[in-house]
Amino acid sequence: MVGLALDGFGAVSPAASIAVGPQALSAAQTIAGTGGTGTVRFDRVCKTYRSAGGEVRALDDVSLDIPPGAIFGIIGRSGAGKSTLLRTVNRLEEPSSGRVLVDGEPIAALGTDGLVGLRRRIGMIFQHFNLLSAKTVRQNVALPLTVAGVEKREIARRVEEALRLVGLEGKAETYPSRLSGGQKQRVGIARALVSDPEILLCDEATSALDPETTLSILGLLRDINRRLGLTIILITHEMSVIREICTDVVVLEAGKVAEAGPVWRVFGAPEHPATRALLAPLTRDVPDDLAARLRPHSVPGGMAVLRITYSGAMPPDLSALVAATGGAVNLLQAGVERIQGHAVGGMLVAVGGPDAEARLRAIGQDVEGIGYVAADD
Amino acid sequence: MSPQMIDRLWQAAFDTLFMVGVSAGIAVLAGIPLALFLVTSGLGGIFPAPRANRLVGLVVNGFRAVPFIVLLVALIPFTRLVVGTTIGVWAAIVPLAVSATPFFARIAEVSLREVDPGLIEAAQSIGCRRRHILLHVLLPEALPGIVGGFTITVVSMIGASAVAGAVGAGGLGDVAIRYGYQRFDTTVMSVVIAILIVLVCLVQFTGDTVVRRLRAR
Repeated sequence: MVGLALDGFGAVSPAASIAVGPQALSAAQTIAGTGGTGTVRFDRVCKTYRSAGGEVRALDDVSLDIPPGAIFGIIGRSGAGKSTLLRTVNRLEEPSSGRVLVDGEPIAALGTDGLVGLRRRIGMIFQHFNLLSAKTVRQNVALPLTVAGVEKREIARRVEEALRLVGLEGKAETYPSRLSGGQKQRVGIARALVSDPEILLCDEATSALDPETTLSILGLLRDINRRLGLTIILITHEMSVIREICTDVVVLEAGKVAEAGPVWRVFGAPEHPATRALLAPLTRDVPDDLAARLRPHSVPGGMAVLRITYSGAMPPDLSALVAATGGAVNLLQAGVERIQGHAVGGMLVAVGGPDAEARLRAIGQDVEGIGYVAADD
Repeated sequence: MSPQMIDRLWQAAFDTLFMVGVSAGIAVLAGIPLALFLVTSGLGGIFPAPRANRLVGLVVNGFRAVPFIVLLVALIPFTRLVVGTTIGVWAAIVPLAVSATPFFARIAEVSLREVDPGLIEAAQSIGCRRRHILLHVLLPEALPGIVGGFTITVVSMIGASAVAGAVGAGGLGDVAIRYGYQRFDTTVMSVVIAILIVLVCLVQFTGDTVVRRLRAR
């Protein structure tokens, strides 16, 4: 599972690292000639709204590359511009300036027919599902094909296939009001996938769902990404969603890109305060009882309390810790996760022996001294 | 009641149903497009035309402001132009339809506006053109409200049709005024009121049933 994600990511990361600039744009345009693969490029995208209180900059000079086959997460606090950014991909929002390119093609130039064609290549799912209440599940899922003038038997076949993909075979004749939230989102996914898109946009697709259903929908999205190879762009305000399925992530703060990169790197070594704030629910702080006993200076016979952080570069090799300190190592608290094959997280340890912090630093550990505890505590 | 009076009541009931039925049909055919225009042509709508939207809005308000009995008389030249006569059932149908259309359009407009904008966005995202949005999103989603509004329109038209006697169109209201009121025939008056109550209840019941079926989905 992890290996697959890593392979997928490894294959696309060169494209992701292309610097945004005129040269990169021409490179993308040549790719477009070979047919749609599901790449999206934001090139200095700005969006300004005029409101009663003056101008609001929803997006401020956003440049990003989304490689084909990625599960690309856009995260930020509410009002950070996530939704606006996502909606520029299928032109539900028009940028005030800058360009959005899908498969290398600038989409601002498309006329009505071109835009309809583009939208048929880009599926979208929504927080509140946005299913038509007057239509059955089958009619909802069939709608993209019906309006595209696809032949009836072909529609029936593809709707059947899409419903099977999302696990709703038996619900075709049901009306959406009789479905649970998770089932509604599955219908939304089937509707988005029935026209065989190369990109899937997810607008807070799991925010209205309970944790268990969220996991099952995320699992479905991951499965779809693998089986169909389509690019998924999702926005969320929950880091746990990003951690669960994304390969790459961008953190938006007040319409600007605060931080972007592979998920393991952003999670392992968050640089921007906005990223840290979003990660806060997932990180463990020093427990209160321990914090109360911490002393600022070392005590004879006591132990140093250290925070060791793993940001993906260094494997969490416990025997190396013990060997380097040459004394007791007590694990107080730890949380290390494997994200895309990288160990990310950290732990609190109480270490005996002199100069433990310096010794660990010497073997390349990312160490931070928190304080000291007396031995009799 | 004399057999002639019973015949007269039958004829009157038929006239009322005919007048209201035909003008209600016209009100639907003209009112729904009008309502769609009012909803979609506003700023930020899918067919933006804010100036035309304001103009049409004004015209609709103008017609709604005129009491039906006044409209009936004021429209006489127009009625002659359309149906070639200014007396009889057809002469009443024209002003009834002209009065009911803006009324129904405003009620349908409210239901259409209540359609979740997210549904329109979803439809756009799957490649719906604007006409598809009208056909597959706005109308079907607003249908229960539109049917409910149509029921209200028909009931108020039954009331309005009572003054159609002013152009010699007959109908139940006309019988009630000429025989029940002017000739002090309390029986006729009571029977007409009873028939009208039954009629209105039937219309309301039918409308409510259809709305309930539509909403049950």
